[in-house]
Amino acid sequence: MEIITALIVLAIIALVCAIILTVAATFFAVKENEKVVAVRDCLPGANCGACGYSGCDGYAKALGEGECDNPSLCIPGGDGVAKEIGEIMGLTAGDVVEKVAYVACNGSCQPDNRKFVYDGIKSCVAANLNYSGDSMCTYACLGYGDCIAVCPRDAITINPEKCIAEIDPKKCIGCGLCAKTCPNHIIHLVNDTSRVIVKCSSHDKGAVTRKACSNGCIGCMKCQKTCPEGAIKVENNLAVIDYDKCTGCGACHEVCPVKCIHLENLICGAHFE
Amino acid sequence: MLKELIYIILVGVFANNYVLQQTTGICPFLGVSKKIDQASGMGLAVTFVMLVATAVTYPIQKYVLEAFNLEYLQTIVFILVIAALVQFVEIVLKKFIPALYKSLGVYLPLITTNCAVLGIAIDNLSFDYVTNFGTAMVSSFGVGLGFLFAMMLFAGVRSRIENCPSPKSVQGLPVTLIAASIVSLAFYGFAGVIDGLLGMN
Repeated sequence: MEIITALIVLAIIALVCAIILTVAATFFAVKENEKVVAVRDCLPGANCGACGYSGCDGYAKALGEGECDNPSLCIPGGDGVAKEIGEIMGLTAGDVVEKVAYVACNGSCQPDNRKFVYDGIKSCVAANLNYSGDSMCTYACLGYGDCIAVCPRDAITINPEKCIAEIDPKKCIGCGLCAKTCPNHIIHLVNDTSRVIVKCSSHDKGAVTRKACSNGCIGCMKCQKTCPEGAIKVENNLAVIDYDKCTGCGACHEVCPVKCIHLENLICGAHFE
Repeated sequence: MLKELIYIILVGVFANNYVLQQTTGICPFLGVSKKIDQASGMGLAVTFVMLVATAVTYPIQKYVLEAFNLEYLQTIVFILVIAALVQFVEIVLKKFIPALYKSLGVYLPLITTNCAVLGIAIDNLSFDYVTNFGTAMVSSFGVGLGFLFAMMLFAGVRSRIENCPSPKSVQGLPVTLIAASIVSLAFYGFAGVIDGLLGMN
């Protein structure tokens, strides 16, 4: 007899719960915007924030609700995603310029040539608080890997010989999180069509740079004089490339006496997916 | 009366902390305590669910189970009711308070059958100081605050650990467990303090 009472009581409680849940689910149902869901599905889901919104959900919501009418903001997704979003939203997708990050440091001042022995927390931000870090050059990559910690695609490694961060362009999705994190601001984003990069960030005068590092830009202006397009200029003792004019001919790379101008193939990971 | 309520809350937070002394709710305690904002979100969600769970399970115990002499069904009924309740709360929050849903939403499914939530719902029926519905609610609130407190405290401890070099053999979870046991030991210092402080013994 007792077991029947138990069964009945339990069944009634379960039934009441079920009824309440069913009623709640029908009456309080939230109509989700179909377009938002569709757009969210074709975004890559890296939540990197390169589009300027708070993650992929934020961008999908902005697009779906008409706050934003540019489907080409997703840099990791590239042209493919922009086209898909364009089809869903009925917008014309512009050409997405894939970006790639690079570390503007040659790292020849590392690792035997340090100002002092840094024994604190293994983090670039912390190291940078002590006299701009332990490396001889104040503009150098400190090599404690703050950028590695934020990279969503594990594209960054520390080169053990040079003790500087290196970014694998095949894995890089161009989100720019590393560039925002680097306390020395030596990680830059360039279009992945660029071929020439200056791997130095030192604004010190030539002699000072030379003391710390054998591969640093000494501001000799040779590249500026050689460039047939006038695309490279030395500003504040550092060669800066104007990528609108640069054709990637490599003339500057040839003449650079310290070899801090590199020719590299920066075709980024988005093109391989 | 007020003194009694303060006593119940203080006991829940310090002397009878559910995470650190009862070792319930360890899963979220270790899983979501990496960052302080996530830890506080989880703590708030647990406090909220504990309150709602007690509000429903206490009357069910008193007016349904005890009336039919079915106290032995306590565990299964409480799990059933709490799980349904959390689902209900999730639906209602999503509809009416989307902002709160966004901040608590990801944690709610995690705690539907959390043992700290079930634990307080059952323990409330056996505590000496829980005499009626009101004190049961206050007791749940105190225990929830204790959970929140332990989560936030431990999030701070963990962020310190991450920046310290620890021996390779204990890196990761082992050193976290060691730290948790030390924090837990520290909390045993509170045993008896609350009673003496308020002259309740």
